Amino acid sequence: MQTLTDTWTMAKRSLRHTTRSPDTIITVLLMPIGLLLLFVYVFGGALGTQTGSIDYVDFITPGVIIMTVMSGIAYAAVRLSTDLQQGVISRFRTMPVAPSSVLSGQALSSTASNLFSCLLVIMVALAVGFRPTTDPLAWLCLAGLLALLILATTWLAMFFGLLAKTVEGAGAFSYILLLLIFISPSFVPTDSMKPWLRGFAEHQPMTPIIETMRSLLVDGTPGPDIWAALAWTLGILLISYTAALSVYRHRALVAAAQ
Amino acid sequence: MRNTYKTMNAIEVHNLVKGYKDVSVLHDVSFTVTRGTVFALLGANGSGKTTTINILTTLIKPDGGTATVNEFDVGEQASKVREQISVTGQFAAVDHVLTARENLILMGELRHVTDPKQIAAGLLEKFDLNEAADRPLATYSGGMRRRLDIAMSLVGDAPVVFFDEPTTGLDPQSRAGMWRTIRELVENGTTVFLTTQYLDEADRLADTIGILHGGRIVASGTPAELKGTLSTGLVELEFGDEQQVSTAQRVLSAQHDVRRVDSKLLVASDGTVGEMVDLFVRLKDNGLEPTEFSTQPPTLDDVFFKILDDEKHEEKEERHADAH
Repeated sequence: MQTLTDTWTMAKRSLRHTTRSPDTIITVLLMPIGLLLLFVYVFGGALGTQTGSIDYVDFITPGVIIMTVMSGIAYAAVRLSTDLQQGVISRFRTMPVAPSSVLSGQALSSTASNLFSCLLVIMVALAVGFRPTTDPLAWLCLAGLLALLILATTWLAMFFGLLAKTVEGAGAFSYILLLLIFISPSFVPTDSMKPWLRGFAEHQPMTPIIETMRSLLVDGTPGPDIWAALAWTLGILLISYTAALSVYRHRALVAAAQ
Repeated sequence: MRNTYKTMNAIEVHNLVKGYKDVSVLHDVSFTVTRGTVFALLGANGSGKTTTINILTTLIKPDGGTATVNEFDVGEQASKVREQISVTGQFAAVDHVLTARENLILMGELRHVTDPKQIAAGLLEKFDLNEAADRPLATYSGGMRRRLDIAMSLVGDAPVVFFDEPTTGLDPQSRAGMWRTIRELVENGTTVFLTTQYLDEADRLADTIGILHGGRIVASGTPAELKGTLSTGLVELEFGDEQQVSTAQRVLSAQHDVRRVDSKLLVASDGTVGEMVDLFVRLKDNGLEPTEFSTQPPTLDDVFFKILDDEKHEEKEERHADAH
């Protein structure tokens, strides 16, 4: 019970941080929306011929949504690292507060704000010609999968945020995740890649997630990759959650003290 | 929360040892703090004051020894200890995005007090932050942040309060305010543990002082007791001419530690009547008569520097012994 109350208190604090820095929301949205427009209006003509029966904007929207998530969750790492540097975490750690609540609160607020960012990106995609054939149930599945993905990658981000020596370092790790999006069937079909890269692209964690989202948005069904997508996200969530909490609990995090 | 306790001590520390990598910070630190009193841990920069506070406030684990706060072990019963304490670290740990009021309410919510808003309002008033209460902290001066930081640690009335160098970097007015706050806390039965590099601060505030040097408590006691360990109060003597000054210096050096500053002699003395009489008789026997004299009682500074001096001598002797 106390853990829940504390988590809610921490989530409220963290949401305030988000709503009071609208610039971070804009920064998060700028790249995916910019890329969306670039791909649709500039590269689309050339790349669009390779996606077969699917319209190119429909093909890339799932990738753009995931890109929104990957640049958004980096702020969880940055904010955690800032708290660490400013001694706020040390203060919390000397208080009778459930240890997990600091991280869980951040994860909750990150999930809420990133779902909101995704909503904005989907609206822009609709404006430039994205035409999903999704029924309400499939939208619900999509929202659920997205929430799970955000939660899992936020915990991963926080794990790196706790280990990072500087705030800048904490923000940098999301580039790795962004790279994974490009080496996947997000923007071009994998059969156009070199064979060795294709092997990686087809088996890395982002691929089944993107394929499932695409299937939900274009066909209205989860498709065959849903189980792999769930396994990856739940696996990342479980490992990151355990690792981040363990670092939080056991390492001496007295950053500002020296 | 103020239950009946088995002992008088709010804090008990026995043989604490802590090192970082190959640097040893605390060798063997032991002390106790009586409930409802102020304890000042005095030491130079890098002497291990903050490390001691970090161990007592459950932030880091010691390599050896034990420490308890209100009878709870800081390692085994960390969450119980956290219910007993509040901490103001060396650097203002405040949320820069929130306002002062929101920071205080956050503390209240996390400490599960019944009315966080009312407590916040009271503390804003008390710490003279009312005017700026709803402005983001980015606009605050360093002194205002520090005041907020201290106000935040008073939310929830923890029975044991830790301050790590609470007045470092404060202007004289804020410093006096801080001292007032500490006195009020103690009047209400709170135990206060503070670290400081300022001797006069320890002298004014503390019921008990522990001097931390070289990873050990090299002296402890009330300010009066510490001063009492010294025989180095000073008697200042002035003489009519140069001849007398040098004769007096020679005569007194036999029994006393004598230093000459310009035309004055500074003579170490415990200030007792017997010793004073003895001193003047010896001067008279040699036909010397001071034109002026005054006495200075020992200060805490004298104690501190004497202890550091003794430590240095011991270290030298040890090294000497090791070489043979």
